[in-house]
Amino acid sequence: MNNKHVLNICMAASVLTTALIPSLGRAQDIKVGLVAALTGQSAQSGESISRGLTIAIDEINAKGGVLGGKKFVLVKRDDESSPPKGVTATRELISSEKVAALFGGIDTPVSLAIVPIANQNKKPFIGVWAAGTNITKNGATPNYVFRVSAQDDLVDIALIEYTMKKFNAKKPGLVLVNNPWGESNEKGLKAAAAAAGVTLAGVEKLEQSDVDVTPQLGRLKNAGADAIILVANAAPGAQMMKSRERMGWNVPVVSHWGISGGRFDELVGPTAGDVHFIQTYSFYSAPTPVSEKVFGELSKRYGVKTPADVIAPVGTANAYDAMNLLALAIEKAKSTDGEAIRAALEQLEGYQGLIKKYDKPFATAAHEALSPADYIMVRYDGGKIVPVK
Amino acid sequence: MGLNELISALITGAGIGSMYGLTALGFYTTYAISRTVNFAQGSCLMLGAVLTFSMVNQSGLSAWIAIPLALMLCGLWSGLVELVAVRPFVKRHSDAWLMATVALGLILENIVLFTFGKDPRGMSSPLLQMGVDVGGLRISFLQILIPIVGFSIALGLALVMRLTKIGKALLAIAQNPSAAKLMGIHTEKTISLAFALAGVFACIAGIMIAPLYTVSAGMGTIFGIKAFAAAILGGIDSAAGVMAGGLVLGITEAILVTAFGSTYAQMFSFALTIVVLAIRPVGLFGRKGVNKI
Repeated sequence: MNNKHVLNICMAASVLTTALIPSLGRAQDIKVGLVAALTGQSAQSGESISRGLTIAIDEINAKGGVLGGKKFVLVKRDDESSPPKGVTATRELISSEKVAALFGGIDTPVSLAIVPIANQNKKPFIGVWAAGTNITKNGATPNYVFRVSAQDDLVDIALIEYTMKKFNAKKPGLVLVNNPWGESNEKGLKAAAAAAGVTLAGVEKLEQSDVDVTPQLGRLKNAGADAIILVANAAPGAQMMKSRERMGWNVPVVSHWGISGGRFDELVGPTAGDVHFIQTYSFYSAPTPVSEKVFGELSKRYGVKTPADVIAPVGTANAYDAMNLLALAIEKAKSTDGEAIRAALEQLEGYQGLIKKYDKPFATAAHEALSPADYIMVRYDGGKIVPVK
Repeated sequence: MGLNELISALITGAGIGSMYGLTALGFYTTYAISRTVNFAQGSCLMLGAVLTFSMVNQSGLSAWIAIPLALMLCGLWSGLVELVAVRPFVKRHSDAWLMATVALGLILENIVLFTFGKDPRGMSSPLLQMGVDVGGLRISFLQILIPIVGFSIALGLALVMRLTKIGKALLAIAQNPSAAKLMGIHTEKTISLAFALAGVFACIAGIMIAPLYTVSAGMGTIFGIKAFAAAILGGIDSAAGVMAGGLVLGITEAILVTAFGSTYAQMFSFALTIVVLAIRPVGLFGRKGVNKI
């Protein structure tokens, strides 16, 4: 073997080593998937969830990762608010990307479509926005679906109570988007109203393509509605508010949080601030070391100057806490196996998160990390989300 | 349903129905002349709204400059649709223009999706804020303006078709393109002009509907479908019929929602269209064609 051959072999070996090192590094990573609306009318929700997950992942990785140095990598897929696209993305993340766990987005119909796939493939699926009751209460045993977000049944109780207390409403009317999320809330709101002894003025459905909602609102007005409870995403919710304005009907409006996932304030115009809606977190809350750390990162990375500048804050807050809970579970499970992570999530102890100090957030029969005690009411003020005084 | 609810439904339905009618006038214009239609009419409506929003709200251009520019661009686009997706197929006596116009509409929708984004945007208008109170009901100026513009255009179009030399030339092409050509009428140019005019009508509809609705790449689909239903319902060979078809569809929808809620309204309104066509295949105001042998 002459010198030239030795040199060639050395060069080939160095090239091969250089090429292999990153891939060996990648093999050490733990991939987590996000299936959410990254474009479309709810794009802001996807962006805010991505921000929360990214900040949490970077913090965990900076501290050395989990399982003795493994780093998290976020793999995002856009479901475009479409259940079939969400299903395709989920299957791809599980089979091709081999994610250890999945996070979901704002749309209940998409999350409901993902639930059976997560359970069949034994992949933990943590919802960080969609509030449909059946997402976690899906009948599967064991159940791989968890949630760090609000739950419709509980939100519905809170909405009815708030409407009665804040606006002294005796006969609220419901305006619900005509999809599975609207249906889920119809049941919840009817049950909550019955439990509170409130008569509903009526239930009206809202289509995504409705230009004018005056006829539906007219029916509620004539039925004697003294408040409106809205369950819709930003665009159809905005159509309702514009119709309310055109009618000159200054009825109080209390809403579920779907409206905060898009440009609701721009779409509605001046009356956007009339809507009081529910959130699980506000960066206006009393500062804690965790909130100061997260807000600092939001300022540094995304140019956020005040709490009001944080887009769709619940997405960021829920996702941040959910990612940290998942990391704790993986560490506890000492594995990235789906079954082990699920069991570890159900056995987690305490964690000081952004939203609150979690104490045993999940159990075998309780997959909801948040409760009505964590809900707050907010409104838009000049394009920013601020707490209701 | 009380009187107030009925009046409210009529006002709402008239506004939306006029939009359907105005968009459907484009179907009438091209059908009357060339027996072809641009199925991408809904996309052209969307293009009008997106262009106006981009120029006024994002680039800060005056509406007085932006609106004529948008009208011109929509007219050019629609003319291009005729040149690329209709003329080559008609020349070969093929009906493939049906699919070709749908395809071009989808291409336009996707181009807008990538450039404008998928996020629906809100376009404000002072005409929406201003209004009058009639018997406890508030009607915005925009809601009044939409039917006025729609019927003025329909009337103008009908008068041009019947009374002017250009109108007669257009109808001559519809009746016998070869004879019209022999009489010195430039048929291809005239058909292109009709398509451009259809694009302008869709653009006007898009600009007027945008403040009531949201501006997005997908906004034209439902309007395109309903406008075509309005054209068929009213009778696609009559300008006034098309506008009236739009009004009937819009008002029916509004009354159905007021009476029964929105869940079944779409189903009922399209079912009604089918029933009307089964009874009167030429539409409510259409005339049966006479074939001279």
